[in-house]
Amino acid sequence: MMETSGRLEHTYILTLENKTKMKNIKLTYIKLTFFLGCVFALVLSCDRELSDEATFATFPTTAEVFIDAPVGLTDQFFRSFDPAAGANTSGFGVDNNTFYEGTTSIRIDVPSSNDPNGNFIGGVFEDRGAGRNLTGYDALTFWAQGTTSGTIAVGFGTDFDTLEGEPSYDVATSVQMTSGWKKYVIPIPDASKLIQETGMFFFAAGGFDPLGDGPNGNEIAWTFWIDELKFEKLGTVSQPRPIIFNGQNIAQQTFTGSEINIVSQGLSIKYDVAGENIEVSGAPAYFNFVSSNTDVAIVNQFGIANVIGEGATEITAELTGVEAEGSLTVTSSGALPLAPVPMRPAANVKSIYSDAYTVVTESSFNPGFGGSTTEVTEVGPPGQLVQVYANNNFTGIIFNNPVDATTLTHMHVDIYTEEPGTNINIQIRDVGANGEIETNIFTGFPDGDDKDKRFDATGLTVGAWTSIDIPLDGDLATQRNNLGALILAGGPDFILDNIYFYKE
Amino acid sequence: MNKTIKYKIKEKTLLFMSFLLVAVLVIYSCETDETQTVATFSNLVMQDEFDVDGAPNSAIWNYDIGDGTANGLPAGWGNNELQYYTDRPENVTVQNGVLIITAKEEQFQGSSYTSARLLTKGNFEQTYGRFEARIKLPNGKGIWPAFWILGDDSNGTEIWPQIGEIDIMEYVGDEPTTVFGTVHGPGYSGGESISKSYELEGDRFDAGFHIFGIEWGPDYINWYVDGDLYSQITPEDVPGEWVFNRGPFHIILNMAVGGALPGAPNDETVFPQTMLVDYVRVYKQ
Repeated sequence: MMETSGRLEHTYILTLENKTKMKNIKLTYIKLTFFLGCVFALVLSCDRELSDEATFATFPTTAEVFIDAPVGLTDQFFRSFDPAAGANTSGFGVDNNTFYEGTTSIRIDVPSSNDPNGNFIGGVFEDRGAGRNLTGYDALTFWAQGTTSGTIAVGFGTDFDTLEGEPSYDVATSVQMTSGWKKYVIPIPDASKLIQETGMFFFAAGGFDPLGDGPNGNEIAWTFWIDELKFEKLGTVSQPRPIIFNGQNIAQQTFTGSEINIVSQGLSIKYDVAGENIEVSGAPAYFNFVSSNTDVAIVNQFGIANVIGEGATEITAELTGVEAEGSLTVTSSGALPLAPVPMRPAANVKSIYSDAYTVVTESSFNPGFGGSTTEVTEVGPPGQLVQVYANNNFTGIIFNNPVDATTLTHMHVDIYTEEPGTNINIQIRDVGANGEIETNIFTGFPDGDDKDKRFDATGLTVGAWTSIDIPLDGDLATQRNNLGALILAGGPDFILDNIYFYKE
Repeated sequence: MNKTIKYKIKEKTLLFMSFLLVAVLVIYSCETDETQTVATFSNLVMQDEFDVDGAPNSAIWNYDIGDGTANGLPAGWGNNELQYYTDRPENVTVQNGVLIITAKEEQFQGSSYTSARLLTKGNFEQTYGRFEARIKLPNGKGIWPAFWILGDDSNGTEIWPQIGEIDIMEYVGDEPTTVFGTVHGPGYSGGESISKSYELEGDRFDAGFHIFGIEWGPDYINWYVDGDLYSQITPEDVPGEWVFNRGPFHIILNMAVGGALPGAPNDETVFPQTMLVDYVRVYKQ
């Protein structure tokens, strides 16, 4: 057994030597590499023990996704986004009358924004096997046309069965349809990573907005067609130009134990394909993140930076050896001091967010207001959780159920900031009997049956917690039985803890 | 027993492998034989392989410096170009066997960009011949590299376009798959010049090195890229006097930024941009 192994090792080295010699006489040729690859596999295949360890499983390199019929896709063909989330599953089909080439194309009837069966259409195509080896391609391409100049999101690398914690290689971009057939190209950021990809195609589209007045419910139904959907080696795709943090060099003050989501601040890649500029968003798994001081922060493969110590570090990224534009300098001031422990009797308190009291209602800390730039993350060990706000322009804390504060007199909040001059406008909103937040879009003030109390938290102590008690007076003096939300404007960087209503 | 059998299989595989390698060699050499004949002049009279690191060989190369005003042209080299040419190592140097011309975005002598323009005027000039260079091109909107030859101005007594200009290779960085070969002469210069383009299939000129050349003789100029002869221009093709049966002409290598042809750089243009030249060779018949 020993002897056999020894021989085999020798063979292995010999093969490598041959390979090197070939290189020296400059026979660099794709076919040659391919042949050498075959030879190498053959040699290895002679020994079971070695082959089990050294040979990668290889998956089919099938390029076609849909030509005149789905190619190698699951029987389901199209797997829709969740109808419970508004996805309309009735608009997907094939068309035997309209096509770019051959006999059929994919036809997608996009619903209007008031369609009772769902106001958008979208989903994925998945490989029916264990996945495909796409390392030989540089783009996913297709031909398409639309009945309007609507914009659709398209991409690949999305598989609904990818487990949390597994890397996903999704890529997405948005493209505008035209009235005639046009070829679209979605570059693959780093094909060498796609050795077993099951997410063959992804699309999503909503109603067309003929007035261009923004999403307001007047979007109309329209149709687009997709044909000749396949992976290709175009050779005309440029080197990638990866971009993180929107290409900006930014700085952030934080503390040990916090997390910074690099992905949510934008990972994009610019290309030109034969001179035409294309920008895609790429999964963090395509990027290699680097922290210049790993005693301060480390970045995982999902693009989450964990701040683990005091000091400064610069976080950068690269993609296929090309350094990304943009960086983040993180300065950690060490561990966050604990907020003052609330001492009021629980009987006098209705709590929204505190480790000291049971909450009176669950709340949403990420309401996703349009135009909001705010990043909110909950950080800390159990019993010491806080809400960290970064880059806040405006956001809210939306109570799942209204809070009746008729018998209560104040709202308490503890605020921590590292930045001198941090001012936060806190608006305590009573949403009235109808339970809806109604805001005048011109003035920003409460509308309908809503009332609010506005308070500016200023003069905050830097590097320490400031406790604030806001009287429930003003417009709330007579109406505070349906408190539904807190609106937070400005900052932009601060930490909140112990948010509760109480009586003196 | 098992062990022995295994080992023998191994030997056979090795033999088989060697056979495969030979087969590949044969296939490869067959394919090179099929290459189109693009040039016949084979008497090498000048070459720079850029094998010595540092400044380019001063026995071959001079520089045009500035924005063109020192050369008697309007600022922008007569084309509204935006760069200031220098001979600084930041803009022109030889490293690792290639000439590197670098276009940078920087404020310098009143211009927003710097780059370099090398010429062989006074050092090497020739009438007729095969002029060839192997170049890896830059990319991006507003980037305009060229490999060209320009006729002698008889100590300033003759002016462009009467002196004649043959553009062996021109390229604009926002069309990375296309190069073009052009002649300028009296009655057919600038926008009216006679030109033909060559498009690379399934590849880009900024992704690797390519060979650009002309073979120029009495009453004809042939253009080629790698193994493809793609254009011939003769006196019948030009609407004015054929000014290429006289000489001599000198070689110019440059990378312009902006100007009438490529337009100005835009937000997508990345700086610096580099034009890499592996060699320049000139042959006579």
